[in-house]
Amino acid sequence: MDKVFISGNDTFGESAIRAGCRCYFGYPITPQNELGEYMAAHMRNAGGVFIQSESELAAINMTIGASCTGSRVMTSSSSPGISLKQEGISFLAALELPAVIVNVMRGGPGLGNIAPSQGDYFQSTRGGGHGDYRTPVFAPGTIQEIADLTFHAFEVADKYRTPVLLLGDGMMGQTKEPVVFPEPLNLKEMPEKEWALKGRGKGKSRYMASLILDPVEEERHNWKLVRKYKEIEKNEVMYEEYMTDDADIVVVAYGTVARIAKGAIKRVRTEGIKAGLLRPITLWPFPKDILVDLASRIKKFIVFEMSTGQMVEDVQLAIGNKAHIAFHGRPGGVVPTPAEFARYINREISQK
Amino acid sequence: MNLKNKWPEYYKKDVISHYCPGCGHGIAHRLVSEVLEDLDIGGKAVLVNPAGCAVLAYLYFDFDVLESAHGRGTAMATGIKRANPDLFVISYQGDGDLAAIGTAETIHSANRGENITVIFINNAVYGMTGGQMAPTTLLGQKTTTSVAGRNPAFEGYPLHITDLLATLPGVVYAERTALDGPAGIVKTKKAITNAFQSQIDGLGYSIIEILSPCPTNWKKSPVDSFKWIKEEMTKEFPVGVLTDKRKKYKEEKIAV
Ligand SMILES: Cc1ncc(C[n+]2csc(CCOP(=O)(O)OP(=O)(O)O)c2C)c(N)n1
Ligand code: SF4
Repeated sequence: MDKVFISGNDTFGESAIRAGCRCYFGYPITPQNELGEYMAAHMRNAGGVFIQSESELAAINMTIGASCTGSRVMTSSSSPGISLKQEGISFLAALELPAVIVNVMRGGPGLGNIAPSQGDYFQSTRGGGHGDYRTPVFAPGTIQEIADLTFHAFEVADKYRTPVLLLGDGMMGQTKEPVVFPEPLNLKEMPEKEWALKGRGKGKSRYMASLILDPVEEERHNWKLVRKYKEIEKNEVMYEEYMTDDADIVVVAYGTVARIAKGAIKRVRTEGIKAGLLRPITLWPFPKDILVDLASRIKKFIVFEMSTGQMVEDVQLAIGNKAHIAFHGRPGGVVPTPAEFARYINREISQK
Repeated sequence: MNLKNKWPEYYKKDVISHYCPGCGHGIAHRLVSEVLEDLDIGGKAVLVNPAGCAVLAYLYFDFDVLESAHGRGTAMATGIKRANPDLFVISYQGDGDLAAIGTAETIHSANRGENITVIFINNAVYGMTGGQMAPTTLLGQKTTTSVAGRNPAFEGYPLHITDLLATLPGVVYAERTALDGPAGIVKTKKAITNAFQSQIDGLGYSIIEILSPCPTNWKKSPVDSFKWIKEEMTKEFPVGVLTDKRKKYKEEKIAV
């Protein structure tokens, strides 16, 4: 397929349709409105369902309804709307229903602003809603990667019967780049979902319920979910290493920030500083093993985030005191510059 | 007379009900199952059950059921019906579920004219959580959170949500009935039949509000509960058809 010049928000939509998504439910919120608008323009032509819901609560619950029939479903929002969806995401996890949820993050807390941010890392990687569960979280770094990971997210959601989060930010939603899309899936060739509710016909009736009144049974269900999460941790970790081979210092950053960090690394390399980058692509499961590996030979790490410091806690958990870990963050919607990052790398290198 | 007690095909046998003696939920369940069988649509049916006393409805219904988050039944029903229009979709909800926490979903699914049917159990209290005030609690009615009786100065007025819904073009059929004795039960079955048939005909949203006894939280015997519905509840919530646009929509071929 040829390259098309397309924005991040539109790319989420186009890739979802190509992945066989035939139901989209969403409520407008900046900076992801173009995604809903893209679905409004294209979903019905693709033979699918588009509903502008009355709220994010309604959208996530429509998502649950459509998912239980076996349909591939997407909903999207930005930070405050994702907070509203959390009860439903917890239900999806409990009911073991697949769905893809896009969060184009903006500055917060509260209404915050509409500028790019990474303030929802904790919410995304720790479950987010109530109860003991996790959701796989993919954090694309380019618009091409939005196309690839959106496609992949539907596969992972179906494979493990779990809600999956795609985490972007306001900058990524608006940026346009050349993209080569994956070939569309043929719906007729997709495997039948045996578990879906299709009416009992002449057979046995079925139900899906997350109510498990007996604590011992609920505990069993919890451990069953954990076994699934362990499988996901084993199989689904994704990351990118950039110039780490000879590095004396490794930057850890994801999404938009990783991109800016690459600029900073190129800059300091011209000054003779050997810096590299580890870019987690899955935020949960977090790429712990590679960090442990890197920490066995590299003694300085610096974590950059557009937050007051959230992913840095996962880096600390992975590396412990095997290496020195510094942090620099710009929360609230401020986008840092490569020059700013370069200064921080410089400072860390010059410190003993 | 040859009376036969035939067990409905879409109601499970050999399960012990958790509903209190005299509760209306069991009666409403049975009616829903019977009408599904009468109209031969149980095999395609998916019911969304609420958070509320009917949270365990999936243990009794012998057709497919999805349990919902409190109040979100019609959003889930929308998702099911839109994703697979061949399914026959019912949202079964209490008054707290439908007219308090789920009001937005209730109104907007109706306003979109979703081709689904809502079975709305109005028992004027929150049954499951122990008898708190509901949006439909009567003026003067004592509950655990309107201890001196519902006073409009503090608690506002009983919400006539089905009357509101009946004003919407998307709502093809709305009727209020009362489980206040054998005649009321027969009328309720007829109303459910009309609503289900509207969905089969693709005419849009239908809702049956059923005034339903909760002897436990009303602190009345089952017999007195029937009486209270007949004498008190129907004064505030008169039974009858609230809107019937079936003929008009059939002629205009407003099929969804
Ligand atoms: C988000 C949320 N809030 C509160 C509850 C607790 N809750 C469960 S059922 C219910 C009220 C049920 O009352 P109603 O809808 O009238 O149904 P009934 O039990 O009377 O049949 C409440 C408040 C919940 N499950 N979820
Ligand atoms: S509390 Fe009321 S509504 Fe709930 S089961 Fe008992 S009688 Fe029925």
